[in-house]
Amino acid sequence: MKKSKVIIDGKNLVKVYQMGDFEVRALNGASIQVQEGEFMAIMGPSGSGKSTLMNVLGCLMSPTSGEYFLDGEDVSELNKVELARIRNQKLGFIFQNYNLLARTSAFQNVILPLFYNRASLLTEEEQQEKAAQILEAVGLGDRIYHEPQELSGGQQQRVSIARALVNDPVLVLADEPTGNLDSRSGAEIMALLKDLHRKGTTIVMVTHDPEIAAYTDRTIHLLDGKVAREVKNGKEHA
Amino acid sequence: MKPIKVTKIAWLALVKNKIRSLLTMLGIIIGVAAVIIMIAISAGTEKSIQEAITGLGSNLIYVQASMGAARMGPGMQSSGGGLVYDDAFAIAEQINGVAGVVVEQTSTQNVKAGDTILENITIMGTTADFPSVRDMEIASGRYFTQDEIDRTKPIAVLGSNLAEEMFGETDPYGQTITVGDSVRLTVVGVFEEKGMVGEVDYDSRFYTPITIVLEKLTNNPFARFLGDRVRLIYVEVDESIGENSERTLDDVIYQIEFLLAKRHEVTLEEPDFTITTQQDIITTQESTTAAFRSLLAWVAGVSLVVGGIGIMNIMLVSVTERTREIGIRQSVGATPSDIRWQFLTEALLLSLVGGLIGVVAGIVGSWIFGQASGMRTVIVASSVLLAFGSAAIVGVFFGYYPANQAAQLDPIEALRYE
Repeated sequence: MKKSKVIIDGKNLVKVYQMGDFEVRALNGASIQVQEGEFMAIMGPSGSGKSTLMNVLGCLMSPTSGEYFLDGEDVSELNKVELARIRNQKLGFIFQNYNLLARTSAFQNVILPLFYNRASLLTEEEQQEKAAQILEAVGLGDRIYHEPQELSGGQQQRVSIARALVNDPVLVLADEPTGNLDSRSGAEIMALLKDLHRKGTTIVMVTHDPEIAAYTDRTIHLLDGKVAREVKNGKEHA
Repeated sequence: MKPIKVTKIAWLALVKNKIRSLLTMLGIIIGVAAVIIMIAISAGTEKSIQEAITGLGSNLIYVQASMGAARMGPGMQSSGGGLVYDDAFAIAEQINGVAGVVVEQTSTQNVKAGDTILENITIMGTTADFPSVRDMEIASGRYFTQDEIDRTKPIAVLGSNLAEEMFGETDPYGQTITVGDSVRLTVVGVFEEKGMVGEVDYDSRFYTPITIVLEKLTNNPFARFLGDRVRLIYVEVDESIGENSERTLDDVIYQIEFLLAKRHEVTLEEPDFTITTQQDIITTQESTTAAFRSLLAWVAGVSLVVGGIGIMNIMLVSVTERTREIGIRQSVGATPSDIRWQFLTEALLLSLVGGLIGVVAGIVGSWIFGQASGMRTVIVASSVLLAFGSAAIVGVFFGYYPANQAAQLDPIEALRYE
C-alpha cells in the first residue's frame, strides 16, 4: 500500500461554548487523522460533538485548543479572512439541506466559489466552462439553468456536490448528505460520492445511518466530544 | 474580489428582487427629483426677477429722498430737504456721463373714459427721458416733450392693458379721459406691452407730464407745503461708463452726491437722499433668492436623507432575510469584506440607479411643473450633480451599517438560520 499524504491531522481538539455561567465542552480532546484519498464517516449520537467537529474541520470555526493541520497547513489559529480562503480553496461542503442560493440557477450556484477564489488563474470563460463541465459530470448537463426550486432533492444535492468540487478542493465535507432524500435518491448520491472517492477525492461525511456509513472505508464514532472507537472495512478496532 | 465581480453579484441580487429594489429606490428617486425641481423653480424665479430688473434699463442709478434725514421742521424752506423736481435738471445738466434723467411721481385716482369708469388707477407723472431710460417703446401715437411738461399740458400716454380696458378696439388717440372729478387729459399715445417688472405692472397705468401730477393730482394735504418735492429720480448713466473705462459708476455717484449735498445744503455725512444702483438692487434680490433657494435645497436634502434611511431600513431587513444566503456565501469562501462590499455595492447601486431615475424624473418634472404652473423653471447643471452626488453619498453612508452587520455574521449561525 502506497504511503499517502495526511489531509486532516487534528490533535486534542477542544471546543468550549460558554453558555452563561456554565461551559459546554462540545469537543473534549478529539484527535482525528484522514489520509489523502480516504472516504471516512463520522457517527455518533446527538450531542456527541459531530457537528462541532464538522464545523472545526470545515474551518467554519476555530477550536478552543488543540492543533489542526489541514493539507499540511496549521489552520487552528487563522483569522476569519484566512479561514474564508481555506474554505474557498481547500474545502468543499455538501449540506443536508443543500444550501443552494434560492432563485439562482444551478450554474450560478456552482460558479459561486470561483467568484470568491482569489488564487484562481481561470479566465471568466474558463470558469464558466468548468462550472458547466462539473454540472455535466454530476449528471445535470441538461439542467444547468434550472433554479433549485425547479429541481428534485437529489438533483439539488448534485448541484451542491458540483459546487463543492468546482475549486478542486483537497477535502470534501458532507454533513448528512442523504438526510433529506428518499432511499433511491440517497443511494444515487452515495454512488456519486463513491465514484468521486474512486477518482481520488478525499471525503469526510457525517451521518447517523450505519447503511450510509457502510459506503465508506472507515467510520469513527464520537461520544462526549471524543473519538470513542473506529471501525475499518467493517471490522471493529478498539 | 474584482470590483466588476462584486458589482455583478450585487446587481444579480437586486434584479432578483425587482419590486423591493424599486420600492427602496423610491425614496432616493423622489429626493433627487425634489432637489432638481426645487432648484429649477428657484433658479427660474431668480432669472425672471433678474431679467425684470435689467428690463428696467441697465446702468441705472436711483436717487431717493430719505425722509428720516430730511429736515422738515417748521420754518424750513422747501428746498432745505428731500429731492425736488429741479434736482433732476441739475443732475442732467451738470454731471458728466449722464445719458438721461427721469423723475416719477405717482398718484392713484379713479379714471373715467367715455362710459368706462376704472377705480384706483395709477397715474405716473414723469419726464421726457422716461421711455429711453425705462426701455419703453411707443406702440402708436407719441410720447410728450419737455416743452409740454414745462407747460403742464394735459395729455396722457396709456399702458397697453389700460388702453384696451378703456377703449377696446377703438383707437385711443385724441380721446379724452377724466381723472378724479375735473382733470381732463387727451390721449396722445399708447406704449408697447412691457409686462410686470418686479411688483409693478407697467401696462396697467398711464403716463402724464410730471407737472400734471405735481400741480393737479396731488391730493396730499401737505401738497402745497411740499411743493415740487419728488420721491425718486432715476439717472441713466452713459454706456461708456463702466468698470473698464476711466470714469467709473462710483465717480458719477460721487458727483451726484456732491451736487445734491451742495444744493440741499447738507453734508455728505448726513445726506437727505440715498443713492442706489441697479447692481445694488440685483445684489439684494440675489441674496433673497439665494436664501430661498438654499431653503428649498435643504427641504429637498431632507427628503434625500429620508430616502437614505429608507435604503438603510430595507438593507437591514434584507440582511436578516438573506442571513442564510450570507452563510452560504461564507461557506464557499466569501470573506467578511466580500460580504460587506456586496451589500455596500447593492446600496450604492440602488442609490445610483435611483439617482439616475430621479435625475430624469427631476428634469421631466421641472418641465411639467413649469408648463402646468406657468412658473419658469431652469434646470441648473450643478443641482443635477449635487442631487446625484448626494444620492451616492447617502447610499454609501446608509448602506455601510447594514453591510457591516452582514459582514460580521458568524458563518455557522448564518447557515443555521431559518
